Amino acid sequence: MDKAEYVELYKQMVIIRLIEEKCEELYQKSKIGGFMHLYIGQEASGVGAISARLPQDNVITAYRDHGIAIACGMDPKVLMAEMLGKVTGCCKGKGGSMHLADINLRFWGGHAIVGAHLALATGLAWADKQKGSDGVTLCFFGDGASNIGYFHESLNLAAVWKLPVLFICENNHYGMWTPIEDASAVTDIRKKALGYDIPSDVCDGMDLLAVRKASEKAIAHIRSGKGPFFLEVMTYRYRGHSMGDQRPYRTADEIKDWQTKDPIGKFEPVMMKSGITKEQIESIHAESSKIVEEAVRFAEESPFPPMEELYTDIYVENQ
Amino acid sequence: MSVLTMSKALAQAMYEEMERDPNVVVLGEEVGAQGGTYGVTAGLFEKFGKDRVRDTPISEGVIVGAAVGAAMNGLRPVAEIMGINFAFLAMDQIVNHAAKIHSMFGGQFRCPLVVRTTSGGGKQLAATHSQTPDVIFAHFPGLKVVAPSTPAEAKALLKASIRTDDPVFFIEHSTMYSERGEVSDDPNFLLPIGKSDIKRKGKDVTIVTYSKMVSISLKAAAELEKEGIDVEIIDLRSLRPLDLDPVFESFKKTNRAVIVEEGWKTFGIGAEVASRIYEECFDYLDAPIERVAQKEVPLPYSAELERAAIPQVKDVIAAVKKVL
Repeated sequence: MDKAEYVELYKQMVIIRLIEEKCEELYQKSKIGGFMHLYIGQEASGVGAISARLPQDNVITAYRDHGIAIACGMDPKVLMAEMLGKVTGCCKGKGGSMHLADINLRFWGGHAIVGAHLALATGLAWADKQKGSDGVTLCFFGDGASNIGYFHESLNLAAVWKLPVLFICENNHYGMWTPIEDASAVTDIRKKALGYDIPSDVCDGMDLLAVRKASEKAIAHIRSGKGPFFLEVMTYRYRGHSMGDQRPYRTADEIKDWQTKDPIGKFEPVMMKSGITKEQIESIHAESSKIVEEAVRFAEESPFPPMEELYTDIYVENQ
Repeated sequence: MSVLTMSKALAQAMYEEMERDPNVVVLGEEVGAQGGTYGVTAGLFEKFGKDRVRDTPISEGVIVGAAVGAAMNGLRPVAEIMGINFAFLAMDQIVNHAAKIHSMFGGQFRCPLVVRTTSGGGKQLAATHSQTPDVIFAHFPGLKVVAPSTPAEAKALLKASIRTDDPVFFIEHSTMYSERGEVSDDPNFLLPIGKSDIKRKGKDVTIVTYSKMVSISLKAAAELEKEGIDVEIIDLRSLRPLDLDPVFESFKKTNRAVIVEEGWKTFGIGAEVASRIYEECFDYLDAPIERVAQKEVPLPYSAELERAAIPQVKDVIAAVKKVL
């Protein structure tokens, strides 16, 4: 990685953080509705892993998808417009926070039935393999998803069919409000991959370079035709499971402790060591703020979908 | 035209579509070298090989899930779920994913997927393996639900289902695979999805039905004819889209209707069709609409008990006489 890429990836993490803070504010003002799950604290995970992909590689994730969308290259304006339910959003205002997607970025969504998209990931990968593409499918999910049947059916199928899937478990230690040790027989989720003979690795999800390096290695393994790989990214969400979650299942000290390992703060010394100045870092923040402000303005000024949209896209044919 | 069994007609549909389009793939339990648990995929594995005719683990969730993902990414999968009772294990993929992928993401993704399955009772398989819950799948906008009643239509509708860019839940009746009929040899003969068909012309009573109950109704009509009662039979052929225009047209002529379905009456197809007739044809009504359906019990194993629960020819005859 060169200096320019450091700047680019750092900027992505900052934009994600600012977008999430802005979403929180807009949600509190009731401009964003529905369920919303913030990615704050997990930025290095999505940015690090997705930065290791090639253009032919797919990305699919669960409902905590804002950061993943930005890391895939989604325009913050389009993201913010979707959040506000506007017709200029990535799904014309029909998906909302949990269902961001952009087919042109090979970002296959935001899916909100826990674990179901692991099955979709096997299909995306199967289609690539069948068509002779060397694309790899990066499938993000939380530790909570490892307890549902889909997880096991999907890992098994991926292994039996040798599908090019990188299963990325973003272990943030809680499934909704329940700590991992109360929900999962093993707390090192990668141990579950052993049951399907899928090789695995673990990395520090608060460290951008560690995630990047582990992802590169995993993707190379898959692209060489060896079948699926399982990467467990140890991370933490600073906010609750979703908006309005202020339940006291975590201590303030625990949250504070993880914040000392903040992925954005932790990356700054690395950048400075490479010769990037403090002023440059500050200007990245200023630029990112501007981008997010513009995105909000674009979203606010965009129209809501016209009523005719209610009946569009139900079927491709027989409209 | 050739005379084929229902299962051969279905196999031919898949064979021709796989030959026509390399993106058509088949997956499911035992669909490969074994040719399918009902023999419907026989011959595909030998011709198209293991990459396009894929045996799966017994994992209904990921069978349909993988098919949805593959459909989003350019393939046209035909997923076989051995029985509709096991489709409940894939219900989330069918209704929360296949049926939603196109609309929820604003039209960016397509899901050209067929889920083939068997429905119906009558084989002494007891309560969990004998259900006819077809109507449940017809509840969801975004999904098409097709259920043919003859080999010819099975072939033409399956081909249309494979070619449409929308997800189709394709219901075959488990006791009809060996029924024979004339089938078109033309590989481009397709039937449109969402068009009802008049299976028998008549002037006294309109019977609305589909799938296996078409043949039961035809037998009832033949009996009734001997008594001078002339029945019109409309085969819905697809439950979503539901094409009721021919039903209304028929009803305005006969002013009497019987709806025959194999599944349970409560919240059934009869309930929907009857309501729509009441809404559209109220002024034409000469008698309350009758519904013939399965008795409201889980199907028992013992043959006579099972038979008593499933609509028979005599039940249809009785209902027709009741509305006259």
